[in-house]
Amino acid sequence: MLEITDIYASLAKREVLHGISLTAKAGQVLAICGPNGAGKSTLLKAALGEIPARGDVKLNGQSTAKAKASDLARQRAVLPQDTQVAFAFTVAEIVAMGQEAGDFAAEPGLIEAALAAVGLANHATRPFQTLSGGERQRSHLARALAQVWQPIGPQGPRWLFLDEPVASLDLGHQLQVMRLARAYADQGGGVVAVMHDLNLSAMFADRMAFIIDGRLAAEGTPAEVLTAPLLERAYGCKVAMNTAPQSGPWFLPQACDQA
Amino acid sequence: MTALASSRARPGLRPVPYGLTAGLILLVLAASILSLTSGAAGLGLGTLLKAPFSAEGLTLRDKVVLYDIRLPRLVMGLAVGAALAVSGVLLQGLFRNPLADPGIVGIGAGAGLGAVMAIVLGSFLPLWMADLIGAHLVPFAAFFGGWAATLLLYRAATAGGRTDVATMLLAGIALGALAGAVTGVMVYMADDKQLRDLTFWGMGSLAGATWGRLAAALPLILLVLLIAPGLARGLNALALGEAQAAHLGHNVQSVKRRAIFGAAAATGAAVAVSGGIGFVGIVVPHLLRLAMGPDHRLLLPHSALLGAGLLVLADLASRSIVAPAELPIGILTALFGAPFFLWILLRQKGALRG
Repeated sequence: MLEITDIYASLAKREVLHGISLTAKAGQVLAICGPNGAGKSTLLKAALGEIPARGDVKLNGQSTAKAKASDLARQRAVLPQDTQVAFAFTVAEIVAMGQEAGDFAAEPGLIEAALAAVGLANHATRPFQTLSGGERQRSHLARALAQVWQPIGPQGPRWLFLDEPVASLDLGHQLQVMRLARAYADQGGGVVAVMHDLNLSAMFADRMAFIIDGRLAAEGTPAEVLTAPLLERAYGCKVAMNTAPQSGPWFLPQACDQA
Repeated sequence: MTALASSRARPGLRPVPYGLTAGLILLVLAASILSLTSGAAGLGLGTLLKAPFSAEGLTLRDKVVLYDIRLPRLVMGLAVGAALAVSGVLLQGLFRNPLADPGIVGIGAGAGLGAVMAIVLGSFLPLWMADLIGAHLVPFAAFFGGWAATLLLYRAATAGGRTDVATMLLAGIALGALAGAVTGVMVYMADDKQLRDLTFWGMGSLAGATWGRLAAALPLILLVLLIAPGLARGLNALALGEAQAAHLGHNVQSVKRRAIFGAAAATGAAVAVSGGIGFVGIVVPHLLRLAMGPDHRLLLPHSALLGAGLLVLADLASRSIVAPAELPIGILTALFGAPFFLWILLRQKGALRG
């Protein structure tokens, strides 16, 4: 269980999160959605302790503010939006950093398995700098997977935090990454993902938190959250709503209100 | 043997380069033997090898040359070379930039200012104090100047328990300019002899090596060489950015603090006893990254070896080329280091183009 209680955070002295409380359960995918600048990534960063924030965050019942970084690293892994790497590390060396940080340092073949899971099995020896944007993002996902390889550990479920995991991926790899996240949750792990794509979120997430202007505007299943009035309020667009046979609601943006 | 090694190796994970390690150890040993057996005093390898087996052993004069001149100079060359190279690796890892060197965290500016002020203002000391401190004034002033500058920059860039590396870099540039200005004032005040001292201090030399000076510098350098390997995994993780390093389980602030003050202590001690020797801290880590990859667990010990070996060789050259006089070693490291470095870079660029 991830319990975020009453989080306030400021960037450059401007308050951007105005008291958000949110819980995520292990075994589920939680998608954090909302328009640009609403505070989705800031919420994730505040929940992860990357930026100073008021409020309380508990992971598996323990306050993360007091936890040791090395203990947290065994329970959660983070896929960043910024995938820059300094120096000419190979893809395998980067995945190995994840492996060494988690509980699976001694597991043989884990690097290869993690790379295979993200479709980069043949990229182990490549220098990271020679990869495309999408390949870089998937290498980092392999690193995160190698860190929390088994979804359930001795201290409870393990967690994947993903900051826009499909941002620079093509359609096929978007689905591949979302399926990985789904499978991780189905095996008992927790997944929290900041998402832009409402359709992918609706297809793969169990729960959705919708942020507008630093406040939680709606929370629930995608079908409960994604209503036409909310989307119009959030994006200033009319949105055509429909229902896909297996994956629930899907959307098509219509005329925006610039006219 | 090769087959066994390659079957154990995992794709993309570079194995420990034992060949390179052995080569570097040989380099250090060879440079050390050469350094001990050559010099203006004419005490050569032959005499040294025969001494243990002959009845009279070494003459008193030869003993003085070996134990009080060449040996401390060798040890200082090894220590200074290792200190400069390892400091380079620490700071480059911390700043995530292969061009970082001790100059950018204020060590260079502070140490230089300390030395210059000691050289120029030292003449105003009362005679009894000058007698007491004597030759140690400049090294101490350089060390404390470098340390004070680093502390100031660290404080300036740290708020709420986090050090902002970019702020530290900018503040370092400002401090460098300030130190340059004060140095200018000192140069303006200096007389001719002091000007000569200033110039030569800036070019670096191991000629002042004594056991006394080593006793102050060596423990600090050894301490940092011992601490550095413990930072290797943290520096690797920092290559992914500070947030990710924290999520990989590292206490990032502690890694930063230890890297900054480790580099400040080692470089400060090295600069204090040998003056300004440039280029080792940038070239050595860069060459090794090309040869064996950027993993700091391997880079740190190998940089210490290569830095030590190269500086002893440079010192050997500095006192052989114009013997019995000496060229300042800083001139040599730049004169040979810079073109070699350019050559490596151009070759690498050519390889990238295919």
